[in-house]
Amino acid sequence: MSGSAFNLRSFLHGLPGVDKVGVEARSAALGTRSVKTTAKAAAIDLAIRMVDLTTLEGADTPGKVRALSAKALRPDPADPTCPSVAAICVYPAMVPVAAEVLAGSGVHLASVATAFPSGQAPLEVKLADTRDAVAGGADEIDMVISRGAFLSGRYDHVYEEIVAVKEASGAAHLKVILETGELGTYDNVRRASWLAMLAGADFIKTSTGKVPVAATLPVTLVMLEAVRDFRAQTGRQVGVKPAGGIRTTKDAIKYLVLINETVGTDWLDPDWFRFGASSLLNDLLMQRTKLTTGHYAGPDYFTLD
Amino acid sequence: MSLFSYAPAPESRSVVDIAPSYGLFIDGSFVPASSSGGVFKTVNPASEEVLAEVAAAGVEDVDLAVAAARRAFEPWSALPGAERAKYLFRIARIIQERSRELAVLESLDNGKPIKESRDVDLPLVAAHFFYYAGWADKLPYAGFGADPRPLGVAAQVIPWNFPLLMLAWKIAPALAAGNTVVLKPAETTPLSALFFADVCQQAGLPRGVVNIITGAGETGRALVEHPDVNKVAFTGSTEVGRQIARSVAGTRKRLTLELGGKAANIVFDDAPIDQAVEGIVNGIFFNQGHVCCAGSRLLVQESAYDTVLESLKRRMATLRVGDPLDKNTDIGAINSAAQLSRIRELSEIGASEGADRWSPPCELPAQGYWFAPTIFTGVTQAHRIAREEIFGPVLSVLTFRTPDEAVEKANNTPYGLSAGVWTEKGSLILAMADKLRAGVVWANTFNKFDPTSPFGGYKESGYGREGGRHGLEAYLA
Repeated sequence: MSGSAFNLRSFLHGLPGVDKVGVEARSAALGTRSVKTTAKAAAIDLAIRMVDLTTLEGADTPGKVRALSAKALRPDPADPTCPSVAAICVYPAMVPVAAEVLAGSGVHLASVATAFPSGQAPLEVKLADTRDAVAGGADEIDMVISRGAFLSGRYDHVYEEIVAVKEASGAAHLKVILETGELGTYDNVRRASWLAMLAGADFIKTSTGKVPVAATLPVTLVMLEAVRDFRAQTGRQVGVKPAGGIRTTKDAIKYLVLINETVGTDWLDPDWFRFGASSLLNDLLMQRTKLTTGHYAGPDYFTLD
Repeated sequence: MSLFSYAPAPESRSVVDIAPSYGLFIDGSFVPASSSGGVFKTVNPASEEVLAEVAAAGVEDVDLAVAAARRAFEPWSALPGAERAKYLFRIARIIQERSRELAVLESLDNGKPIKESRDVDLPLVAAHFFYYAGWADKLPYAGFGADPRPLGVAAQVIPWNFPLLMLAWKIAPALAAGNTVVLKPAETTPLSALFFADVCQQAGLPRGVVNIITGAGETGRALVEHPDVNKVAFTGSTEVGRQIARSVAGTRKRLTLELGGKAANIVFDDAPIDQAVEGIVNGIFFNQGHVCCAGSRLLVQESAYDTVLESLKRRMATLRVGDPLDKNTDIGAINSAAQLSRIRELSEIGASEGADRWSPPCELPAQGYWFAPTIFTGVTQAHRIAREEIFGPVLSVLTFRTPDEAVEKANNTPYGLSAGVWTEKGSLILAMADKLRAGVVWANTFNKFDPTSPFGGYKESGYGREGGRHGLEAYLA
């Protein structure tokens, strides 16, 4: 084992442990906060602004991506006061299509890369994937870590890959997907978070959305604690993105409460927190309309893209 | 904080209907106090508003209540266990059905936040009745002989910190074992016990099996000193517990006492820090610190002191103090003016003895009894705030260097009710639990309660156990 690999290992294993029962109890308790009226209205608008509107299907076509990009700009065509979402998240092949629609809008364009979702490809392929996406117009890269390398203890390998992808991303923001559903323990989630941040991640992201267990409140809590502690030690702020499985306004608000009461308002901003989601947006729009009009509109009043 | 401040989310008061006045619940019905008694008022500690006028039982009323319980004892104890269980199951179900009403009532009369009365107190109350209902027909298998017998009439006196839960801890095992009871709730929190009397009526419980008499210390004294009671069960202060022990000495009455505590919550440097901080907060600020087993002495290993203190202060700054009925309130009102002045007095002593006092910035309501969550650092074993039970949201922080020193300091108290140990090292948890002289030792958690688990103290924290199979022993001969 090389010196740096040894240092990395002892650092990651020297982080305070995470008590499973405790972290789950804490996130469940915060989930009982009651957010109503004005607070709810503010939360919904904030959540809309934090959405990374995502389509990552083999069946994606330019038409589908164009439609989704249009929706990102104006989520509720009936209400001009409704904010745009934070970003569109697509496969590299779809980046140029989305770039055309989003150009100059302020809505970011994120591309998954590095042999998403498994990450099981040679490094050169991953780097080429990344460069392609950036060249096509992506200003955010969502990479996956090699979970196989992480779980077998080759932290230096994972570290070096992230460093290389960060370099290939150039000016684009790098989100590092930990795929927490495959990491098995909260201790691993904390270690992977620190590993990614040490290697230069601008964001740490829970999941690809392609494995059965995606974002959960306790996993996000552990990651929030990691970015909080990382900033306290290094002065650099890193964002957090739970992705997959967040479908309702109620769920989204629980995440905002989690931020509010653990890392504080510095992270209550689309620059520092994102929701990777697709169906969440329509529920947010529906609840938003309910708050302003006092009644629920049917699903046909919200666009399906 | 303005970016996302929660709008008020108050639980509705309309679910509970408090009468202007209440009598005593004796022999199955509500009756006014006799000429030897009187009346007193119970207030909402969050607003100082009078909630109701309640009868104060005098000596004659105590006589009547004990006589009613005595008459009911024979038929009740003669019922097959399965029949007594039916009543207990029914009571448990009614409590669940009325839990929202009872939770709001409890928060109004006690001052505790609705999230605790709703999510902790009421579910545990129902669970206690369900649990002991299950024992009623299995007493021969509880390990206390082939044919254990009930004791008779139990005189039970409970405190104000968990009014309905302490009632459940007392009444459920007593009835399951075949005893009848006369229970006196605390003077400042009589209402939920009176509503429980209504639950007993609703459940069709035979008259006299449960009698509820309200009043202050004098009523309690008359009750425990009554010659016709067979069993005395008390939860409250060590001082009153001593008086009761004296008055019961030399009689044939059986006695269990659950008294004060000054629990050590011990955090090692390899603890899961974020969860340990939650445990510290939960240990001392749960129920405004009005908890006999509160983790009121924090013992932190010196090598982790800075990290733990910084996290703790950051966490305390997010605690929401205010209207107990708001669903987002973490810390409610102090139960009474008297308790508030005791907390203030001891806190001032702490500061004058040289400990450093810190509270997060926190706006307290103008009306009612309030005390900001407070920690004292630089506390030593010689400080009064490290030795005396404050029974409020005040934490004394001490340090230690080695496991042996932690044990020594933790045990260096006249109390011995509970303790907490925080470390990721399982063997250390077991070794510590072995050496700590406390009735409950929590590992990587704090203030967790369960009806199946026995609870009680060492030394001046009392004797006897409540909860679990052990809890039956106190009501069987």
